[in-house]
Order: sequence, then C-alpha cells, then structure tokens
Amino acid sequence: MYKWFANGADRTRKSWVRPVVTCALLMLAIVIGDCRAVSALPTRKVMAIPAFARKYGLPCSACHTAWPELNNFGKVFQDNGYQLMNDRDSLIWQNPSYFPITFRITPNWHRESTGDQPVDSIPGGGTGSTIISRNVTQAAFDLSGMDLWSAGTIYKNISFVLLPSSDATAVWHFESAFLRFDNIKGSSWLNFKFGRFELDNLISEKRFLFLSANGGFYQTYHFNVPGSINDFGIGDNQIGVELMGHNADSSTRYSIALLSSNEGGTNLTESNLPGGLPSNRSFDGYMAFTKSFNAGSWGYEEFQAYAYVGQRGTYYQTTSAGGGGPVPLVALGNEPFYRVGFAGQLHFKNLELLPYFMHGHDSAYLGTGLPDTAGLPIGAKAPTFNGGFIEGQYFVNPQLVFFGRFEKIGVTQQAFVNEGAVPGNFGDVTAYSVGYRYYPIMFSRGGVAWHNEYSISKSIGIVPLSGDGSGLPPLLPTNGVWSSSVFIGFDFDF
Amino acid sequence: MTLKKFAVTFVLGSMALVTVGATSMRAQSHVNSPDPALGTPSVDSTESHIGGLTGHAADGKKLYRRFCIGCHGPDGNGQGMNAQWIDPKPRDFTEATFKCRSTPTGTLPTDDDLYNAITRGFVTTNMPAWRPLTPQERANLVAFVKTWSPRWAKEKPGTPLTIPAETPITIESILHGRQLFQKLECWKCHGPQGHGDGPSADTLTDSKNNPIRPYDFSSGSRFMCGVTNQDLYRIFMTGLDGSPMPSFADVVKPDEAWDLVHFLRTLQPLKTQEAGLWQTYKAAHGADIKPIGPDAVAGGK
Repeated sequence: MYKWFANGADRTRKSWVRPVVTCALLMLAIVIGDCRAVSALPTRKVMAIPAFARKYGLPCSACHTAWPELNNFGKVFQDNGYQLMNDRDSLIWQNPSYFPITFRITPNWHRESTGDQPVDSIPGGGTGSTIISRNVTQAAFDLSGMDLWSAGTIYKNISFVLLPSSDATAVWHFESAFLRFDNIKGSSWLNFKFGRFELDNLISEKRFLFLSANGGFYQTYHFNVPGSINDFGIGDNQIGVELMGHNADSSTRYSIALLSSNEGGTNLTESNLPGGLPSNRSFDGYMAFTKSFNAGSWGYEEFQAYAYVGQRGTYYQTTSAGGGGPVPLVALGNEPFYRVGFAGQLHFKNLELLPYFMHGHDSAYLGTGLPDTAGLPIGAKAPTFNGGFIEGQYFVNPQLVFFGRFEKIGVTQQAFVNEGAVPGNFGDVTAYSVGYRYYPIMFSRGGVAWHNEYSISKSIGIVPLSGDGSGLPPLLPTNGVWSSSVFIGFDFDF
Repeated sequence: MTLKKFAVTFVLGSMALVTVGATSMRAQSHVNSPDPALGTPSVDSTESHIGGLTGHAADGKKLYRRFCIGCHGPDGNGQGMNAQWIDPKPRDFTEATFKCRSTPTGTLPTDDDLYNAITRGFVTTNMPAWRPLTPQERANLVAFVKTWSPRWAKEKPGTPLTIPAETPITIESILHGRQLFQKLECWKCHGPQGHGDGPSADTLTDSKNNPIRPYDFSSGSRFMCGVTNQDLYRIFMTGLDGSPMPSFADVVKPDEAWDLVHFLRTLQPLKTQEAGLWQTYKAAHGADIKPIGPDAVAGGK
C-alpha cells in the first residue's frame, strides 16, 4: 500500500471499466495460453519434477488435498520425516542424479484498494493542501515471492528442509532450515528437530490456499494488540528445537518446542533480514497436542490444542561510545506473553471446515511499550484479545477447489484504558476471503494452479495487515479501514 | 464499487475456468480420468466386504484417481505415468494376480487380503502404507480394484489358508528348517545367508518379464506380505503369485513349514528367540555346521 502511495496511485479513477477490460483480456490470454500448454503437454517426458513426487512417483494429489495444503497421507509422510517408511527412503536408493529441489512462484495480476487513507487534498501537496481521507486503489501485473525448496532425507531417518525464500524483488532469507532425527530408537514418538521451522500448527499458514494481499495470511496468526511491542506471530517460523511424536497413522500427535525469543530471527536479531534489532537471551516454549477421529465415510476429524508461552525484551542495553547516538546491543527487561487456543480440521467428504480460536495475552509492559524498569501509567492493563476464523474448502475433484474464510479478532482488553481517544474496539479485525483454485496440470512431477481470489478486511483504527504490512492508519482511531484484494494468477510448482 | 468489480472479475474468471477446464479434461482424460467402464460393466455396483465395512467401487474410483493412478495407471494395468521409473513395477490389476494372499496359489485373494495389502504397503517398493486413509476409504479402494479384471465377476476368491498353531521354537526345529532351506533350494534365489544373492538371483523375472530380486532377509524385520511368523508361514504356503516365489503347500507339511519359519528368522538382524537359540548352537557346534550351498549337507552334523 505504501508503495502504491509512493508511486502515485490514480486516486481519481472512478470507473470500474478499465480493470474489467484488463481482467477480460487477461482471462482471454489465460485461456489461449492454457489450451496450448495442455495440448502440447507431454504425458511421460516431463523433465523437471517436484522433489517428493519425483522421488516416489506419487501424484501431487496423494499428499495434497489441493497443493500446497497437505491431506492426511501427506501429513503422515511429513511426520515420518518425509519418508514412506518402505525401506527405500534413504537417498542411497535414489538415482545419483536425483536432487530434491522444488521452486514455486506466482505471476499474477492483483488489485488492491484501501479506504480511509490520509492523503493530500491536492496531489503533490503544497499550498492549500490538507490531509483528507480517501480510498487508494492500484492494480498491476506482479510477481509473488519465490520459494526454492529443498527437502527430503539425508539418510534413513535423518531428514532436512532448506527453504531460501525471496520477496518479489529477490531479497532472500532462510524461511526454513532444519535437520530432523526421525524415529529415534525406532519409535515414531521420538523425533528431534533442530533449526528454523514452522510450529506444529494443525492449520498451516505455510501450506494454505490463499494468496492475495488481504487473504494470504491468517490475521489471527500475526495479531498483536495495537501499541504492543510484542512482535510474535504464531504463523511465523521460529528457531529452536522440537521434540515431536506421533502414532503410526498420526491420529495422535504431540509437539514440544523450545525456541529463541526472537521471532525466528537469525544472527542474534529479531529478524531474518539484515538490520533487525538485537534479540534477548531468553527462550519461548510451544506445546501442541493433536488427536483425530475416524468419522467413517466423512473422513478424519482432527482437533488440536496448543499453547505458546514467550518473552520479549522491553528495552535495550545500548552504547553511545561510538558517537551518533545509542546503539542497541541486546534486549533486556523480558516480559511475558502467551497464546492459547484450539484448532480443528473437519472433513465431511468433499467439504472441509477449519475452525480456529486463539486467546492472546501480553504483559502490560509489552502492551504499553514501556521498559519494565519504569512504573506503569495509571490504568495500564495487560492487553488481551480473542481471535479466530472458520475456513471452508470444497473439493469438486482433485483439480478444483473452492474456498472461503471468515475471520474475526476482538480486543478484549486495551493496554491504555484511561485514554478516552482509544475506543474499546481499537484494533478489531474482520476479514473475508473467497476464491477457487483450478489445477489444469497436476502431474506427479509438477503442477500449475490457476488462482482466483477476492478478500476484504476491516481494521478499526489501525494499519491493515494486508500482506506486506504497509499502509497507513486512518485519521481517526474509531474509523474502520477497509482493505480489499483481487488476485488472479498462475501458481506453479516445478 | 468493490463488490461490483469483484463480481465481474469473478464471473469472467469462472467463464475462463470452465473453458480451460473443459479443454484440460479432454487433453488429459487418459491421465486423470480413468474410465472403468472399459471392460468392466458392473463397476459402480462392485462392493467389498471387510469386517463390518462395505466398500463401494464408485467411491473407490475417486480415491483411485487421487492416490493410485500415477503408478497403476488410468487403465489399472500398471502403466501409470510413473511406472517407467519404478522398480519393481506397479501391479497390473487387469490380470488379477496378487502376491499377498491368504488363498491358494492361482486363486483370487479375499477382500481382506487386498485391504491388508493397501493398509500395509509393500516394503522395498514404491507402494506405501495407506493407513492414513480411513478404513472406509481403503474398503472403497478394494472394491474399485476388483473392477479392473473380469475374473472378479466370474470367480470367487480361494478358500483362505488355515494356519495351524505354531510349533515350539527349538534348536531342533531350526536345524530342520535349515535342512529344508537346503533341500528345497531356497538358497538358489535367497542365497546361502539369506542375502538375496543366490546363483539364480540375477536371472529372476516376474510374470511380466521384469527383473525381480529375491527377498534379502538381512534387510530388516518386514516381509513383502507382513511381519509376523504367521505372515511368513503364509508366504511360502501360498506363494507370491506373479513372482518366481512358488507355493510350497504341496511340498512341505505344516510342522515343516513352521521349522522353516523358525530358521528364516535366524537370518534376520533381529534379537529373536530363534536367533538366540541359533547363536548359542553355533557357539557350541560351529565347526560341525556345514555351509548351505550346492555341495553342502545342511543341518549341522
């Protein structure tokens, strides 16, 4: 959003004709292009292949309801350390030319519109210009970031993931990188992971179906009460160790993780990218327990309870010895927070429902952003919130899925209750997303999905968490900022 | 405003979807849309019965398309798009010849046999254990697999083998089993030490003339068709149809079969009662034990 601003969005555009024509032309191109691609499709001579399909010869649909989302078989495969457990999992059984690597990127056209944005009344500012509220809309062809994903087994019962990931401008970071010792002492109940990885979330944000700026993340997974200096998001990959176990069909699972208190940051900072603030010396803990039940012809019904307890620093040990102002060296004054809740993955034949609930609580110091060496302002409270969503997916067949989601977050306790300007619902979020993915090509060796999605969210008084996290808060904290996305693209996986 | 734009975009997108979808389906029909009506007129009515479950072929067809088609192919003949890369080759369901059965050689397996095979998978092959599917889904797959061959409409499964109670595990039983291993020439394929490296190993082919390796007993605890002593007993009394492994039901008596089971367990890298007895015996009588092979007299003294 910020970039649209900077680049000069056409705020005066009122007609919807242009985007529709653009969209129609795009569709035409898609249809023509796709028909050619499918007609020319060699059914047996595809050279490049996604890593696991290439290794095992299974179709995408064996492990995915609709990729990238895993089905139960895929989850068991993942839990087993990317092994089918047929004594042919070790790399030693593979052709020497086998290299377990996959990439994924999504060329797309998208349209983003955000209301209640403070803009100059006269473009360019200058004399007589004031700040007014207005919608900002922009649309363009674009690229997503890129994943260069390598994963598999080093040897029998030793698995790994290395996932360098970039944004659309090719700024790279290590989204995930870990080594895992599987089936320790021959028991599936003992698996030890070391590195940077996704928490054991039943509903994975890394493997879900949404891609748009507003819908392409779970708001609840990244929410913190406005004003809090807590940067934690349960959807973000964390860095540490995990002990995880499961039974043969993964119908019962547990995960216990010990994690650095730096939001998965690397280089002793709180970020994957250079320039992040230094982290503290503390650790967080995460626990999850998952149980699924056989509901006959409906499928499995899965439930998970989870809890994350962590700490974040409230001030820094600094040095001014070098001149140029204090430089933060290490975060101090750790204050606690926690997230608890439950999730479900419910199957009703071709319909899947994913309910999720989270309760969040931060220390009053985190909530107010004050160092814990100072006294709290009168009336300051530990902020809390409840958030959750219900997501539905309908699989017409393995190549076509419709999906939608309703998400709601309510701040139940503001950090500053004595400031009249802060409404009780400050920071509340409501979000909706709908779309479909069609997989015209779903080989055992590669895939293309044609993705159409619309999403819209409303944030009270704050910057919408629309994907890249940019945008501006409204002029009044009581205003709800509506932000919408239309996303059309080819999601392909090689 | 937003709603209107979204609606138009969505409608246009849906139109394109239908167009693309229809084209793609036509182009890939041979890949993704198995048409079991070919040669199998009673597809949708075929059922399987596993315990209290009734599997339905119509439901199994969808599952087959999702999970199995890549290897076993849209025509069920083992010619899926990945078959050329897979060793050993996927099963050809149109022949209705199955390795893992509880029924005599040459007969059709029971529904339970197929269900167990899907559930267990096949060690040392690309066929995984499909335990993550629900029991109902696996039963549905069994029903659908039975639609690929007309044999299922004409024949009934064989009568399952009755496995007698296991005889006591003794050193005498193990030694007798060792004699049988020599006498029945098991070593020619499986090798004198059970490593799957017998003199005939390199010449073996399956019923489709594809090269096939004999089982290497030193590779682990699991067999192609199970893991227990009963499973092992069943394997050589029913044979593995479609492979060079014959049925020995007409050659060995039940007690002898158990002796063979007890000896074969000593070839595995496991701490079993059989292995313990055999190690003790070897320590005391090692010099008297003749090697297994073409010129040997098996069984010790």
